Amino acid sequence: MMNNMIKVGLGLLATTTLVACGGGNSPEPMQTLRITMTNLTAGQPISPVMVALNTGATAWSAGAVASTALEKLAESGDASALAASLAAAGGLGAANGKAPIGPGASESIELSFNANAAAKLTLAGMLVNTNDAFTGLAAVSVGGLAVGEQLTQQLAAWDAGTEANDETAATIPGPAGGGEGFNAARSDGLNLIRVHAGVVSADDGLATSVLKSTHRFDNPVLGVLIERIR
Amino acid sequence: MKRKLMLASLVAALSPLSSQAASLDISVTNLTGGIYFTPLLIAAHPATTHLFQAGKAAGAAVQAMAEGGDTAALKTAAEAAGGQTIANPAGGLLGPALATQTTLTTTAGNTRLSLAAMMLPTNDGFVGLDGWEIPTAPGTYTIDLNAYDAGTEANTELMNAGAGGAPGVPGIPGDPSGKAGSGGTGVVAATPNNAEPNVVHIHRGALGDTNATGGTSDLDSRSHRWLNPVARVTVVVK
Repeated sequence: MMNNMIKVGLGLLATTTLVACGGGNSPEPMQTLRITMTNLTAGQPISPVMVALNTGATAWSAGAVASTALEKLAESGDASALAASLAAAGGLGAANGKAPIGPGASESIELSFNANAAAKLTLAGMLVNTNDAFTGLAAVSVGGLAVGEQLTQQLAAWDAGTEANDETAATIPGPAGGGEGFNAARSDGLNLIRVHAGVVSADDGLATSVLKSTHRFDNPVLGVLIERIR
Repeated sequence: MKRKLMLASLVAALSPLSSQAASLDISVTNLTGGIYFTPLLIAAHPATTHLFQAGKAAGAAVQAMAEGGDTAALKTAAEAAGGQTIANPAGGLLGPALATQTTLTTTAGNTRLSLAAMMLPTNDGFVGLDGWEIPTAPGTYTIDLNAYDAGTEANTELMNAGAGGAPGVPGIPGDPSGKAGSGGTGVVAATPNNAEPNVVHIHRGALGDTNATGGTSDLDSRSHRWLNPVARVTVVVK
């Protein structure tokens, strides 16, 4: 109860401040973020990236069990369930990349939303030539950015912990394998989100792997520039 | 008398700023999928001291920690230099993707935070934080940690259960995951340790193989590899 009261108080304060900054009558001026992403890997296309803003629950955290929505993103590149879960948790807006971001390629996504001091940015995409590797940001505070302010991040590849990293053609959905995407079975053994250990590949002694040395990666795998442009 | 009291309260009001004493909630998460951390040593200490330093030769205390998980000498040295320590907050090994929490109220002058623990199974790999400056502003801070190589033992990747933890004895003292094999010929020769610089450096990672009873490595390339970062430390400054 006490906590709730404090939160309400802080919320009022934030709203007041924003009104004062905006100088207009609208209590919720529009802001726009431009998110520019560069795939830093040699051979891992990243599935169409989801960017979403919300004020509620966090999409994932290190050491936690992945939600089914995150499992779908990490195993198949399908971000729709993850976007829906964030929209339902204080969603402020979301957008999806048009196509996978190829190795070395970049993409910019603009996202406009009603100003909210509690806005948190989530970003996610699958490394498609893996079993269940993904990269992204979970709940980075962006509500306080000033126009022209920038944040840069270099992101690691995470292992969703939902599928065994067997690297076979049957289980790698990207072009290297052409196999299965999402499978609800949790075959990883540990079933916890952690930093990905990288792929071994057939070239490095895993005879049953469909992957080559060109699919190997190291961190960071994605460069991200977040700018408030309006 | 009254004047003295006023002075004393003024000093008390200023001291949190000047001494940087801080109340900290510290959380450590193992970010790997197959590596265990031996009991962690966390230390708050003056800026002039270190548990370890990249590019500097490991002393006997760092060697004992990195080869066998024994942090006793590091703890003694940190405390002798005025530092405060927390040993073994997880009450044993900290397994893959698991976290542990602890608290620490630093005293004046202990403005830096460091951490060290051996990574199992490795020859002399450890997770480390060297002298992170504890912020004075309240807030939540996240630090991602890398895996280091103490540079004191060749990375043979051969098991030597029970014995390999003694400083100077080749081999990996144990594999809590139970996925290590045997019969490897060695990724590099055990002696001399000349395949790597004899200073603390970023660990090149494990090679491993898929042969449980032979090959070059006793480690499993599917289980015992990692990429940095290997740990995440979250510090709440209150």
